[in-house]
Amino acid sequence: MKKRVVITGAGTINALGHDVPSTLAAMREGRCGIGPLDIPDVDRLSVQIGAQVKGFEAEGIFNRQQMSLYDRFTQFTLVAAREAIAQAGLEFHGDLAAQSGVVLGNSGGGMTTLDANYRSVYEEGKNRVHPFVVPKLMNNAAASHVSMEFNLKGPSFTVASACASSNHAMAQAFQMVQSGMSPVMITGGSESMLCFGGVKAWEGLRVMTKDTCRPFSANRNGMVQGEGAGVFVFEEMEHAKRRGAEIMAEVAGFAMSSDAADIVMPSKQGAARAISGALANAGLNPSDVCYINAHGTGTAANDKTECAAVADVFGSHADHLMISSTKAMHGHCIGGTGAVELLACIMALRDGIIAPTIGYEEPDPECALDVVPNEAREVRVDAALSNAFAFGGLNAVLALRRV
Amino acid sequence: MNIKDKVIRIIAEQAVLEPSDVTMDSTLESLGIDSLGLVESIFAIEEEFDISVPFNANEPEASDFDISTVSSIVTGIETLIKEQKG
Repeated sequence: MKKRVVITGAGTINALGHDVPSTLAAMREGRCGIGPLDIPDVDRLSVQIGAQVKGFEAEGIFNRQQMSLYDRFTQFTLVAAREAIAQAGLEFHGDLAAQSGVVLGNSGGGMTTLDANYRSVYEEGKNRVHPFVVPKLMNNAAASHVSMEFNLKGPSFTVASACASSNHAMAQAFQMVQSGMSPVMITGGSESMLCFGGVKAWEGLRVMTKDTCRPFSANRNGMVQGEGAGVFVFEEMEHAKRRGAEIMAEVAGFAMSSDAADIVMPSKQGAARAISGALANAGLNPSDVCYINAHGTGTAANDKTECAAVADVFGSHADHLMISSTKAMHGHCIGGTGAVELLACIMALRDGIIAPTIGYEEPDPECALDVVPNEAREVRVDAALSNAFAFGGLNAVLALRRV
Repeated sequence: MNIKDKVIRIIAEQAVLEPSDVTMDSTLESLGIDSLGLVESIFAIEEEFDISVPFNANEPEASDFDISTVSSIVTGIETLIKEQKG
């Protein structure tokens, strides 16, 4: 029999805050975390803005040995995992340790490590690099370090599906708990590619804005990169209840689909299949859904395709639900973005507060849905979806329910 | 090779056609060049002429760089070369 899966812990670090309470406060206030990039050689970039994590001093948080092994994306992950697991109040020993694991999303791996070391061998002409470059940059490093720090000995790995990595990862973790394979899974994702090489690569595609991210707005002109992590404790519901854990929300279902069409252009049909699949998997009627956290990148193509997919799946109910993109606040955290955005779904379900789409200036007839422009709203929400549609046409949508 | 011939060579290569198949009133669409092909062509043009072409795929109409036909692209590049290298 299928088990029910609940969230009993959440942690994050992103441009809006270094933990969940400060991030949710910023989302409520509609604060923008986008600003001038503070990275080496920024003057050689044509896109000089991003949603950077500011004021983060890893030195005080990790010791010298850890610092030599932790790329920035691993540091973010551990900060978020510590917060999530502390909130859940779990310690992993015996059978629980043997069965519980870590599935995290990530796209680029240790990009800042790669960038710094390429710089040293190519630009500075050095012939020697630090011995830990490989264990630092591999994109399973974060999952592995979480498993080591918390004694998680069950299934652990990293999922890479670009901008949908975290949603694919959380869907995997959900299935493991739902099937009874693991009582607890640590899941979410992280990304840190705000370095010269990371931004330079994105510049090439010419989909980035030079001013700010305005999802669904008629005058939107591209995405803004962010960075950060979101980590959650997915726990079997009876396991959580037996130990009196506080339940934040229920993960009710998910669906994944592939467009099988284009490496960068999104497909309405692929997105719609993932959305309707998530509803069916969660046993929800379209009319049950009050809120969707959109993929909402702020590009011309994504936002109109996403709105068309939502309109197709929900029919007349599309005009009665709210859909917002929080990327205008925390930027596009790439492989970590679905995890950071799940926080907006939790806030909607648990606190009845809908995070707004900030930066919204002009209605777009091709995005004619209630996008919660600029100001948060208080509405009771019983069910919510979180969309992620990746380059490569890989889609993953999660469905959550209020508990 | 003048600017026009170089641009035609770049566009023809992108479209997997002979340069003689590309005329000044051809549109990128008529040559089978999609949005990714356009971004790749602009990159090749920037490299060829050592210029920077202001182009955002989200708002292709917003810049002065007109991509509607091969002719308008050539004119745009001539202007950019004058501005940036003149």
